[in-house]
Amino acid sequence: MIDTLIQGVLLGGYYAGIACGLSFMFFVMRIINLAHGSLAVAAAYGLWLLASTFGISPFVGLLIILPVMAVAGWILQLYLLERSARGGALLPILTTFGLAIVIDNLMFEQFGADTRSLAPFIGSLSYDSWELPGSIYVGKLAVMTMATAIALLGGLQFFLSRFALGRAIRATAEDPDTAGLVGIDARTANALAAAIAMVTVGIAGAFLGMRATFDPYSGGPQLLFAFEAAVIGGAGSLWGTLIGGIVLGLAQSLGAQVHPQGFLIGGHAVFLAVLFARLFLTGLPFLGKGGFSRTGLAKIRAAIRSTL
Amino acid sequence: MTMLSVQNLNVRHGLLQAVRDVSFDLAKGDVLALVGANGAGKTTLLRSLAGAHLPTSGRIILNGADMTGVPSHQRIARGIALVPEGRRLFLQMTVEENLLLGKSAGRTGEWTVDRVFDAFPNLIPRRHAKTGHLSGGEQQATAIGRALMSNPDILLLDEVSLGLSPLVVDRVYAQLQTLLTSGTTIILVEQDLGRAMAVARRVICILEGRVVLDSPAKSVTRDQVTQAYFGLHRDSTGREAS
Repeated sequence: MIDTLIQGVLLGGYYAGIACGLSFMFFVMRIINLAHGSLAVAAAYGLWLLASTFGISPFVGLLIILPVMAVAGWILQLYLLERSARGGALLPILTTFGLAIVIDNLMFEQFGADTRSLAPFIGSLSYDSWELPGSIYVGKLAVMTMATAIALLGGLQFFLSRFALGRAIRATAEDPDTAGLVGIDARTANALAAAIAMVTVGIAGAFLGMRATFDPYSGGPQLLFAFEAAVIGGAGSLWGTLIGGIVLGLAQSLGAQVHPQGFLIGGHAVFLAVLFARLFLTGLPFLGKGGFSRTGLAKIRAAIRSTL
Repeated sequence: MTMLSVQNLNVRHGLLQAVRDVSFDLAKGDVLALVGANGAGKTTLLRSLAGAHLPTSGRIILNGADMTGVPSHQRIARGIALVPEGRRLFLQMTVEENLLLGKSAGRTGEWTVDRVFDAFPNLIPRRHAKTGHLSGGEQQATAIGRALMSNPDILLLDEVSLGLSPLVVDRVYAQLQTLLTSGTTIILVEQDLGRAMAVARRVICILEGRVVLDSPAKSVTRDQVTQAYFGLHRDSTGREAS
């Protein structure tokens, strides 16, 4: 039982890691990035390509891939999300949905249907473990993933609250017009935020590739897990996302103990339970305080109507 | 010496022309009150001076440099800061964070977080409170402090008394008093005519987007301003189509 709990918590670290970028864009920039999982898989393919062609270790490869992801985020925001945001609240979501399909199929065209993994390129790390008292084994990679997720979320939270740039990003998210009046270039602030989010996506992609296998269509499930972790954690702070990831990991591990098929069901059940509990307790959907008020929902309805 | 020169400024909200052919010069240290009825175009004029709303024609010149097309985030770096109507604070952020955001433009000068707290002592106990939880007067003080943090050459105050009780308005103006007499160049929009004429050295009255009165505050009576305010002075010419 204790083993299950520990493994569940460590799995949660991975979910928190992939949810980090989604949650950052979701709560700070108010954009739901449905291409999140696909972008993580793209980063994993980038690392795989570097490792298999040039023999570059995935950890060194990150030094190349992360800047590429940052630039991709910058471009994505300036040329895609910002433009589509002018068309209403729903359009950026649809845009990222389309982007996910484009990325998935480009990867399929390029890399085929074979499943890949970064595990062969990291030596014994993918299966090494430490033994804890009571002959419980924890994977070194899993512990590393957890530590990285904590560092990422904590670092981002610290950056947002303590640094002028972080404050500028939060101010822009809250009120871009007034942000301009106090001297913040809203476009740059948003592009920078997107670049930061994509860097975390790149890191998440690396861990995805190292701990498991991936194929061109792996993005969907990753998005789902990230989304569930972000929603369970709720708004407020990025630490919530860490809690959300751990809760999801625990639910899946415990679900798997109950029934061999219970892994995914356990996670989904907790996600839905949290969602409905929040809906009934606060009357607000999962976007948290000040997220979707009635006017917000009305806007989305209007956007849906205008799109149809 | 002319600090700000506004020349034949026209500003539109789509089909509605809110500011029509407005021109005035402002010298360093002037305190100018813009008065006029609701919808006269005062807020639009201030927002276009701050760069939040670009004009369709005309020129805005600050210290000899043409600012007409400069966007708001660069304009504050050149020295024009606006305290917007309705305060427009970042409500999820604390008083201190809002003040620090005022530094984004990167202008250095005498205004610091501590100096703002000196000028608005009522904010000291609320330093780490989210501005969404503040009273109206505290919010207004924060908004003014945030604008001052950019060390502006010209401070634009849009309806600082809006939504505040008379008592709180008195306190905000008492706190502004040092600012108003310290040689800071200020343009203020104020609904309360008596108060506007008491603090300003010059009064401009706007009616339907046009300047209908521009005079030193001392040499104009309340009645004259009231007449211009309601357009009574041009009864003989009749209302023009607009």
